[in-house]
This record gives sequence, C-alpha cells and structure tokens, in this order.
Amino acid sequence: MATNNSRALARAMLSPAVILLLIWMVVPLVMTIYFSFLDYNLFMPGEHDFIGLLNYEFFLTDPAFVDSFFNTIILVVGVLFITLVGGTGLAILLDQAIYGRNFVRIMVLAPFFVMPTVSALVWKNMFMNPVNGLFAYFATSLGFEPIDFLSQMPLTSIIIIVSWQWLPFASLILLTAIQSLDREQLEAAELDGAGKFSRFRFMVLPHLSRAMTAVVLIETIFLLSIFAEILVTTAGGPGNASTNISYLIYSQSLLEFDVGMGSAGGLVAVIIANIVAIFLMRMIGKNIEG
Amino acid sequence: MGSISLKQVTKSFEQHEVIRPLDLEIEEGEFVVFVGPSGCGKSTLLRLIAGLEDVSSGQIMIDGVDATNLAPAKRGLAMVFQSYALYPHMSVRNNIAFPLKRAKLDKEVIAQKVNQIAEVLNLTDYLDRTPGQLSGGQRQRVAIGRAIVREPSAFLFDEPLSNLDASLRVNMRLEISQLHKDLKTTMIYVTHDQVEAMTMADKIVVLSAGQIEQVGSPLELYKNPKNKFVAGFIGSPKMNFIPMESSAEDNVDSIGVRPEHFTISTQEGSWKGTVGVSERLGSETYLHVDVENVGKLTVRAEGDCAFEYGDTIYLSAVAEQRHYFTADGTCIKRN
Repeated sequence: MATNNSRALARAMLSPAVILLLIWMVVPLVMTIYFSFLDYNLFMPGEHDFIGLLNYEFFLTDPAFVDSFFNTIILVVGVLFITLVGGTGLAILLDQAIYGRNFVRIMVLAPFFVMPTVSALVWKNMFMNPVNGLFAYFATSLGFEPIDFLSQMPLTSIIIIVSWQWLPFASLILLTAIQSLDREQLEAAELDGAGKFSRFRFMVLPHLSRAMTAVVLIETIFLLSIFAEILVTTAGGPGNASTNISYLIYSQSLLEFDVGMGSAGGLVAVIIANIVAIFLMRMIGKNIEG
Repeated sequence: MGSISLKQVTKSFEQHEVIRPLDLEIEEGEFVVFVGPSGCGKSTLLRLIAGLEDVSSGQIMIDGVDATNLAPAKRGLAMVFQSYALYPHMSVRNNIAFPLKRAKLDKEVIAQKVNQIAEVLNLTDYLDRTPGQLSGGQRQRVAIGRAIVREPSAFLFDEPLSNLDASLRVNMRLEISQLHKDLKTTMIYVTHDQVEAMTMADKIVVLSAGQIEQVGSPLELYKNPKNKFVAGFIGSPKMNFIPMESSAEDNVDSIGVRPEHFTISTQEGSWKGTVGVSERLGSETYLHVDVENVGKLTVRAEGDCAFEYGDTIYLSAVAEQRHYFTADGTCIKRN
C-alpha cells in the first residue's frame, strides 16, 4: 500500500481535486483583499483608486461597527445559553420512557427543518405582530398592552427566533449523549447515596460535557453569520439595534453599493471569526482530548 | 449485621415471570454464591436485594427490618458491578470518596478512610489517576474499594471477574476470599462459573429458570446433588449420565458418575469403550471414551496413563460414588 510508487500515484490522482479546491478558495479571497484596498463604489463609475487602508479605517471607526460587534456577541452567547440549557432539559425529558416517544422526538426535531426565512416570517407575522400575533392576542385578552416585539426588543426577538431553530439540534446531540451513559454508573451512584440532583451534577453533566462542546463549536460557526432572520424581521433596525456584523457588511456593500468597504468588512469578519475560533479551541480543546 | 432473608419473593417483567416465588435465608457473615446458567434470574435476584428493581410480590428483610420498599441507598448494601461502573471523569481518590461525600462526612475523615482503603488494596500510587488509566485488575480493586469504604452490612458482587483474563481472575478470586475472611461481612456473589462458586462460597445457591434448585455448601452439592440439573452443573468436567433400563421398583432411568469416579481396566468392567481424544493436563488426563449404546463418557485417568487414541478399555463406576436419577430428574438413594 505505502510503497513510494503508490504514494506518488496517489498524489498525482488527488492533485486535480486539491488544486481545484485551492483555486475555489484562494481566488475569491484574493479578490476580496484586492477590492478592500480600492475606492470602489458602484454609484461612482470610472476610476477605482488605490486608497490603502482607508476602507478599514472607515469600517472600524464607524459607530455601527461597534454596535454590530456587540450585537453579534450578545446574539451568539444568548442563543448558545438558551439552546444548551433548554437542550439539556429537553434531552432528559426525551430520554424518559413515555408513550409515543418516537413521535415526540420527530416533533421536537421539526423546527430544524424549517428554512430560516420561513421560520422568521412565521414568528414575525403570527407570533410577534402587535396586531395579529398570538402573543398580542394573549396580552390583550388578559388586559395588557401588546408588546411590539420587533421594535421594542429587536435583538431579544431575534435571539428567541434563532434559539427556536437551534434548540432541536442541541437537544438531539445531547439526547444521544445521554443515551450513551452507562446505566450501571447511575445505579452505582444511586447505591452510593446520590440523589437525583447529585446524579445529574456528578454523572450526567460531566458525561455531557463533550457533546456540549460539540454543540457550542458547531452553533458558534453558524450563529456568527446569522443573516436571513434579521433581513426578514427587523432589517437590522430600529437604528442599528439588531444589526450584526454580517448584516452590516451586507448593508455596506449592497445597500450603499460600496464594494471596497464591504470587502474590508468581510475581511474584518474573517479575522473576528478566527479569533473566536482560537479562543474556543483553547477553552474547549482539552475537553475534547480528555 | 448483615443477615438477609427473602420471603416468597417474585419478579415479573410484564407477563414474563423471571423469579418464581422464592425463599432464602442468608446468615450474617456468610459468603453466598448465586450460580446458574445465563438467564436463570441470578442477576435479577441480586438487583432485587440491592433495590435496583422492585419486587412484584413478597418481602425482603435486611437485618430483621422490612426493606422491601426501601431506597437502595438506605439498605446499607454496597455493590460491585460487572462493568465496575467507575465514574470515568473522577480520580480514583474521588471515586472511592464519592459515597462518603454523599453521606456528608467530614473532609478529614474522608481523606483518612480513602488512604486507609488504598493501602489495603494497593492503590496508593494510583489515587490521582482516572479509571481510564488503570488496568482491569486495578479498576476491579477501585470498585471494591468504593464498596468497602461505606462499611456496608453486606456486599453484592455481580459477576465481577468476567471481564478479567484467566490468570488475573484466579488472583482476584483469592483476593476476594481473603477480603471476606478479613472483613467477616456478608457477601453475595453472582456468577455463572461453577468453579468460582465452588472455590469461594460458604453456601451455594443453584438457580435455574427463576427458581432455587438447591442450597448447600460446595461439598454438599458435589456429594449429594438433589437432582440432575445440580449434578450436571456442579463439578468440572461435568458428571456423566448413563441411561439404563427403567426399573419398576424405584423408577430409576439413569445413573450419574463423575469423571473422577471411574476405575479403568484393560480386561473387564461394566462398560466397554474406545478411547477417543485425550486431554493431558500433566497432573491428570481426561479421556473421552466412546461407549457403545451409551455415548461419550469423560473419564479421569492418571497424568501419565498410557492409553492411546483407539485403544479399547473397560470402565466401572466406584460403587459408593454412583448417583441414581429417576425419569423426572430427582436423585434418589439406592443401596
């Protein structure tokens, strides 16, 4: 298998695919870097002057950037918190032997299959709408003033919508983890005098830590780039109250037609994502090894 | 402390009756072994005593107190599981200390007890490792340590040696026996291996299909099995059953002879047979002898016996070592 001959052949056979993937990745990246140094606005045809780091300077000193940076963090952390806590709870419930368990499991998984735009529309029009929404109906029927979710608490509303979408994913991963827990361990703990809470604290939670790590990593990757839910519901508003970095980049390049600024923003986002990734890996890395 | 008695205990899973009504007395300080083929309900019986399963009917008394509906932790029993069930994310020290911490003992007392147990079980050098870094025998000792540290009124062992290799199993067998002599605590031990039962037990409980076949000391079961099942299960290699013509008088239809109770001759005997495969163990030789109209018999011979494959020999059974079985399997005396 591993003679020099076969290794050389394997490399030769792999290279077309590898080269294609490399081009696929490198060309857009290089083009984005190139555009980010140009004064390139679609409203101003003609010359695209090289302006050095000016695009970056404008992007980073824009007050909207600071807002959207913190909004991104609040969004990611908020959704992670809700899905981890809720997912653990749901996983424990779904692990119980109840009648029609398989059906319930499929139902719990359902939100994950709904497209982000669709679920955001459903939440916007059927639940959170201050006139026609279900929440408004409950509020008025109890004599309260209905809350206009999307303008009064835009970021919270988006966190709720995104959490609803990602809760099934977390529940499912954590459920499989719970099911792989050795029952004899729980029985031994029961004999050792551990109550329900102690068993959860000392047996179930440590056992779940690895699955939780996976959930945090995977969800973070997707949550950093939440876009459709914001576009459909609040369009980043009011003001910048629900703008995250990916939405800010969109508005720079496609609403203000500033290709140079958009490219610079995109590269800033890549750097932020990498910093987050490094931190996560550091924090969580030993968890996965052990 | 440590007497357990079961009164008319049964256990059913849905329609299936796993334990038939069963009475059993376990005296204080006894080493009792539940033995039987797989699926006979021996592990279920242990779990009923531990409180990990609820009885369907009947009563379990521990130290004279009705424990039928008591929570497992309240019964004062400790269990060693087949998979050891160590807590994988805790160090050995914390594993052993876990029951004490749950009992909210003083920190210093806990540390002192853990160190003492570690000393006894030769685990001192491993206290800060996690179970994943230990060998099978060491894990076994940690599991035992976790059980001992609570000073329970009885220990329950659920096939604790079945995950170990053969030589380690012999060692652990001795260690557990020695532990019983040192602690003088009641031990209940479940196994499917009759050698473990014979070597360790004060009292063996032979189970089959959810009921007790016979209770007695190892030698009692070996010498006076109540029925064909016990006779076949206890003793290694198995007892030979030789069919014979049914006698009208006492309904005996077969005779049981253990391999070690044959005399071998080249001239004459009760059965004539041909030597088949022989297993030479050095101290003794087991001959598999093909006897016409009877079938294969296993016979123990001298370590250096000269019989070869295909030789014709004559076998007879030592008179006082024959067991007579009636058609329904009961063993009866006959003079």
